[in-house]
Amino acid sequence: MRRVFFAAPSPAAFSAHPRQEHILSDALRQFLRALCASVAILLFTGLSQTTATAATLDGIDLPEQYESRYKKLIDQLRCLVCQNETLADSDAELAADLRREIREKMVKGESDKEITEFLVARYGDFVLYNPPVKSTTLMLWYGPFALLALGVLIAVITVRRRGRAAPPTLSAAHHQQVQDLLRKQDEGKGS
Amino acid sequence: MTRFLIPLGIFGALIALLYAGLYLNPREVPSPLIDKPAPAFSLPQLQDPGKQLSRQDLLGKVYLLNVWASWCVSCRDEQPILMQLVQTKQVEMYGLNYKDQRADALRWLEMFGNPYVASVSDMDGRVGIDWGVYGVPETFVIDRGGMIRYKHIGPVTQADLDTILLPKVRELQGTQ
Repeated sequence: MRRVFFAAPSPAAFSAHPRQEHILSDALRQFLRALCASVAILLFTGLSQTTATAATLDGIDLPEQYESRYKKLIDQLRCLVCQNETLADSDAELAADLRREIREKMVKGESDKEITEFLVARYGDFVLYNPPVKSTTLMLWYGPFALLALGVLIAVITVRRRGRAAPPTLSAAHHQQVQDLLRKQDEGKGS
Repeated sequence: MTRFLIPLGIFGALIALLYAGLYLNPREVPSPLIDKPAPAFSLPQLQDPGKQLSRQDLLGKVYLLNVWASWCVSCRDEQPILMQLVQTKQVEMYGLNYKDQRADALRWLEMFGNPYVASVSDMDGRVGIDWGVYGVPETFVIDRGGMIRYKHIGPVTQADLDTILLPKVRELQGTQ
């Protein structure tokens, strides 16, 4: 396993305490660090702005002033054909057509809001990659949080209820058995 | 006993939701144009490019607008059904030839038959975008007032005709 270059140094390098036994072995820890690093890198590049490839500009020049606005907008709209891709990523012909429409409208001076309204009027809310917060999408947006809250509530109630229940009592026979076992253990250690 | 009913009830509700979900087609995008005026268009006719056909020309009658193209394979599946339909003379059908070459389109009609009163050529797909077309074939039902009343996505089957499209057409023809 290749050592990740920004992994934290081991505790033994700095502290005077003897190296303690760790729950996770060295190899496993290195692996997990590499995994976290990869995930962090992937997340970071995912969040950064998409660069316009030749495909998104379709070989047609867009005046500089619109370029960043255009890139941002097509990243927020869905390709209706490959429905899990944005207009920025999709190679479908309809996506190219819609990108053309968007470019033409931008140059004509239409605002982002007007352009999205144009598309939503024709294709519905589905064309927006982020569904709008409407009465119909409240479940989609807040449902997971509501379920989480419900789950936490149930967990808290269950734990409280269990805590309040009396500890199990042993019958006299069992109690004697436990005493005998404990005595045998003590005798075993002593000898 | 009642302790088990609550999780069981939640489980049952979830199962019902998932079961219903299996029957939904995620690729079908509902059209926001239903019960709205059909988008205006004026395009050259396929077989007579000198003449234009516009939405205005079609006001006053109930008709089907079928989006088709010679490069569309599923269109061949629905073609015989559409031919049969227009032979019964229940409703007129117009064609929107979407992003196609005129020569290819004409050849296709020759090979498979022409169910359309007239077809218009939408070469760059702009009229398609106005109508919310995202795939081919699609079929729209338009009433006498020029309002879109139904959009069918994908090839039309006989079952679709009998259960959805024809009843809709008859309803629109009867009331006005």
